[in-house]
Amino acid sequence: MASLELVGIAKHFGAIEALRGVDLRLESGEVLGLMGDNGAGKSTLVKIIAGNFPPSAGEIRIDGRPVQFHKPVDARREGIEIVYQDLALCDNMTAAENVFLGRELKRNWGFLKIVDYRAMYDRAAELFGELKSETRPRDLVRQMSGGQRQAVAIARTRLSEPDFVLMDEPTAAISVRQVAEVLDLIRRVRDAGHAVILISHRMPDVFAVCSRVAVLRRGTKVADKRIEDTSPEEVTGLITGAIASA
Amino acid sequence: MQSSKPLQTSVAIEEVTGLRERTVLERLLTSQPFWVTVAVILICIVTSIKEPNSFPTLANFFNTTRNFSSIGIMAIGMTAVILTGGIDLSVGSVMALVSTTVARLLEAGYGWESAWAMGLGVGLICGLINGYLIAYVKLPPFVVTLGMLSIARSLGVVISQGRVIYEFGPDAETFKWIGGGWLDLTLPNGSVLSLSHQFLLLIVLSIIFAFVLKWTSWGRWLYAIGGNENAARLTGIPVDRVKLQAYVLCSLTAALASLMLTGYAGSGTSGLGRGYELYVIAAVVIGGANLMGGAGGAYGGFIGAALIFLIRNSLIMFGVEANWYEFFVGLFIIFAVLLERIRGRKAG
Ligand SMILES: Nc1ncnc2c1ncn2[C@@H]1O[C@H](COP(=O)(O)OP(=O)(O)OP(=O)(O)O)[C@@H](O)[C@H]1O
Ligand SMILES: [Mg+2]
Repeated sequence: MASLELVGIAKHFGAIEALRGVDLRLESGEVLGLMGDNGAGKSTLVKIIAGNFPPSAGEIRIDGRPVQFHKPVDARREGIEIVYQDLALCDNMTAAENVFLGRELKRNWGFLKIVDYRAMYDRAAELFGELKSETRPRDLVRQMSGGQRQAVAIARTRLSEPDFVLMDEPTAAISVRQVAEVLDLIRRVRDAGHAVILISHRMPDVFAVCSRVAVLRRGTKVADKRIEDTSPEEVTGLITGAIASA
Repeated sequence: MQSSKPLQTSVAIEEVTGLRERTVLERLLTSQPFWVTVAVILICIVTSIKEPNSFPTLANFFNTTRNFSSIGIMAIGMTAVILTGGIDLSVGSVMALVSTTVARLLEAGYGWESAWAMGLGVGLICGLINGYLIAYVKLPPFVVTLGMLSIARSLGVVISQGRVIYEFGPDAETFKWIGGGWLDLTLPNGSVLSLSHQFLLLIVLSIIFAFVLKWTSWGRWLYAIGGNENAARLTGIPVDRVKLQAYVLCSLTAALASLMLTGYAGSGTSGLGRGYELYVIAAVVIGGANLMGGAGGAYGGFIGAALIFLIRNSLIMFGVEANWYEFFVGLFIIFAVLLERIRGRKAG
């Protein structure tokens, strides 16, 4: 059982207060829906968890132990994988190369270790197969559709056995069929004992896979409820501010 | 209207309109280095027909390949820098600084080993300064290397006191042989093909560089940084370090080219490499590298360097006034970038 805990996380960008003291707890086997209006601070929060930038105040604890991330790699080492909202892909490289970016597979060639393209293409094909995506490993990302790009970003999180998977709007740009696949994948990740944070604006998705939902409004967490204790109407009210907090 | 279209159609259409994997031929036909190679071959054929006695000779091959080698060697480092989306304007001046430094050392009686070590050391330092200011202090590459262009050239003048230094001391012969020597190969028909040390160095370095770009993480990271620097950073690639290393490589190739040319010329001068940044960047861009980063390769700089020197060669043979040469180099740079833009629009 792994747990991730945020205590009093605040973040300001110059004069903008993106987060004002957010507490959040996440445990293995949970899927937490993180909702909120545009600019509420959702991406900022998961980027802090993923080690993109440090919080201005507050603490991150993994299994009760305080951790500090200086770089994204630090977070990855602690078992945290993220799908960024903008996907963080290199257009000029192939799907497989993007999946393995920064952790290329190697093989021995004499006394040298060289990039193992065959292994990367094979493994990427497998991953896309698991995601039921039509993405071809050798295609350039530049030529790919929104859904295929999303598959590449999601495939990255499947390279390791992460304890925590953060997904920033993974279903924003994809077809109905692919949304179902991504939701399925999230369930599988959960069943394997991992924890997921799913950021989404799509109420049906959140209610389909999440066990809890947290709502951010202007940098403050205004609700954190079990999914069976709330309703889409209440969450909508919380997001817009029609309901102050719950 | 009947609206019971089977779902299958939309999938089929997607498969037809969607981009298939491109065949080798398609890739070749859309590759700029391929067309530059075609241009090089055409120029060779035309010039050979026009000048059958002087152009298609082993002696001319020896001279031409030697002449474009220093640009080709520097094109390797410049390609690494341009792949990351940067630029290095200081290569010509680094050549001058290296040339005058090693000439002074040789003049003072030091051996060729010391001269080479010092020359490479000077290149290393210039590259570290450029790279540090660009990668870590985040200053724009254009400004930093423009500054270095001025600084290194000026230091070259100070070190040589404006003289042309041709007194190379006890190791003069060895030093000159390294840069100016050649290898003789006897062909099956009995004639002798000479390959200059400069050209041999270019070939070896280009092969190594092509290997590094394709088969090492470092090489892939250069492409990743040029493609999407932010994404590269987020996936854990040490972006700043790789960029610094690219500038170091660039200055080192300038130092190498300078050591070879200084040996070949038998003299060190602060005038060496003046304007070479133009040729090097031209070679790389004509060879298909994208100044925005993320596209280019080892062969591109090589064939690009060959093309711009062949053009010079041909212009002279066709009796065009030599002053027109840089006009054509400039025209080719703009043309290459224009071509890149048109191809980019098609692909995007
Ligand atoms: N790097 C940054 N520099 C400055 N301000 C930033 C930066 N990142 C985010 N912000 C600001 O922080 C606030 C929260 O942004 P964030 O991206 O976290 O919102 P979000 O909830 O993810 O919104 P969306 O649903 O549109 O993705 C916004 O006001 C945004 O402008
Ligand atoms: Mg966001």
